[in-house]
Amino acid sequence: MRRSGWFWLAIGGLYFLIPLAATAEFSLKEGDSYSLGPYREIFNDPQFRDTFFLSLKLAIATIIVALLLFIPTVYWVHLRLPRLRPIVQFISALPFVVPPIVLIVGILYVYNYQWVPSKYLGSPYYLVPGYVVLAFPFMFFALDNAFRAIDVHTLTEASQSLGAGWTRTLWRVILPNISAGAIAGAFLTFALVMGEFTMASLALFNTFPTYINYIGQTKANPAAALTIISFGITWLALLGILLVGRRPGRTAVQVGGTR
Amino acid sequence: MAYLELQNLHKEFGDFTALDEIDIALEAGEFLSLLGPSGCGKTTALRIVAGFERPTSGQIVVEGKDMTHVPPNRRDMGMVFQAYSLFPNMDAQDNVEFGLRVRGKPSGERKRRVAELIELVGLSQAAKRYPHQLSGGMQQRVALARALAIEPRVLLLDEPLSALDALVRLQLREEIRRLQTQLGITTLYVTHDQEEALSISDRVAVLTQGRVEQIGIPAEIYNEPKTPFVAAFIGTMNRLESTVTGDGEVDFQGTRLRVDGAHGRPSGERVLVLVRPETLSLEQGGDGAGLGGEVIGHIFLGATTRVKVEAGGQELSADISSAKAAGLPVGARVSATFPPESARVLALERKQESPAAAPAGR
Repeated sequence: MRRSGWFWLAIGGLYFLIPLAATAEFSLKEGDSYSLGPYREIFNDPQFRDTFFLSLKLAIATIIVALLLFIPTVYWVHLRLPRLRPIVQFISALPFVVPPIVLIVGILYVYNYQWVPSKYLGSPYYLVPGYVVLAFPFMFFALDNAFRAIDVHTLTEASQSLGAGWTRTLWRVILPNISAGAIAGAFLTFALVMGEFTMASLALFNTFPTYINYIGQTKANPAAALTIISFGITWLALLGILLVGRRPGRTAVQVGGTR
Repeated sequence: MAYLELQNLHKEFGDFTALDEIDIALEAGEFLSLLGPSGCGKTTALRIVAGFERPTSGQIVVEGKDMTHVPPNRRDMGMVFQAYSLFPNMDAQDNVEFGLRVRGKPSGERKRRVAELIELVGLSQAAKRYPHQLSGGMQQRVALARALAIEPRVLLLDEPLSALDALVRLQLREEIRRLQTQLGITTLYVTHDQEEALSISDRVAVLTQGRVEQIGIPAEIYNEPKTPFVAAFIGTMNRLESTVTGDGEVDFQGTRLRVDGAHGRPSGERVLVLVRPETLSLEQGGDGAGLGGEVIGHIFLGATTRVKVEAGGQELSADISSAKAAGLPVGARVSATFPPESARVLALERKQESPAAAPAGR
């Protein structure tokens, strides 16, 4: 890289690092001295554990539902309905345009119907369908990219001509070749659910983000510690995407002769 | 009884007729090529045989059994695609093994069969390489081994060499033929390359606009084209639009030519006289018998040289020995002749619908 390149990279780095360093410094303060007290306070708070694991469970549930729903959908759109792709792409971007607050009001309205079992209404899994909608753009773009990198038609037909049915084709041939995209989508969804505040708050559930909000409003130093912790979680998720993306044999594109 | 039959295949995509009454039968162990320009329907026909497309009407019959509505994964047909068909997540031997796994073969038998096929296509050194670590030619060898591993009833090849460079293409083509003969497998091969089709096949079916123009052994297709289209598509052909003037004689632009094929045709009939460049000979001086013309160019082909001659307002090609061609520089007056029995004569009643620009193969 040229020298000016390094300069701008440094500027960009500082833009991110200075607030982070300041937060980290503040999170270690107890009165006038430094200690791990604020962190200890957070980790010892049963609320922290409850809300964190609740959000974790919600994230995993959302990822499972979203993958089950979107992998076959994107596969089918690429294989049989390529003309529908722009439309699906447009729909997938809608959650960016419709604010979560509108979404949750709509969902609450839908749940008012009689046919929704009341047992489900008290459960935080109530939030999962909404989260799946929010995850749609992230999942769609991650999967769409992965599917575009492989020759879906030829691979499907090759698999079929060798005797494989749909399930085996999807599981053994398609899935391993789009797994990088699926995992990237899963990590993005994970980060999304671990940070989603509006819907959880309006539906009156205590998830990790509502807990962060509560701490932020009540305790100064532990709030900074919590920010660093939640930043660490997001960062690990992104690192996960990077590592998966680099795994050899997955993203490398097959060379077809000398065209 | 024929082994594989394409019976009255008809396929329409909306208003477009892709296939129109395709009727082809292959004997067991036969190698048949579907040859034609792009868009002639040859790939559609192959995909119908494989089960990836349903015909609008007509049947696919294998060993007397109607397969038209059998899904592709139950047809037992091995297919080799143009390119990009190997599973990128599996190495070469896992690719070959895939079909055997699907069939639930025991592990020992699978390993043995995979090793045997990898050996057969000469890739023992590369068995553990992933598709992206293989050259285009090697990828196609793996694809061939994979298709053969399942001991298919029919082998289907969809332009398997078109993505490869010339030298590899030539090698692999001979190898495909060798394997096919060795294994005695009934093979349907799709290509747009007439040289490839003629060199590799037992029989060739020439297709255009969804119809079979001619079907026959390569020598027949080359020497006795039955339609103007086949004549133009296969090899290079000099086309002389002439009028029959007498028994075994035609008139081309004021020159009388002896042509055996004109025997028995009524005087005054418009005919197309077809002359291969290699049967045309050139003599210095424009006054002798035959077509008088002027040399306008040379194309050096090695042992022979294709000499372009302008005669009767038309460009003719003559393949003559390069030594002789050296004596006929551009601008020289020549007369072109051909043995009366070597030319083909086709009726030219209507304004014929032959393609404007046929690919100039050799």
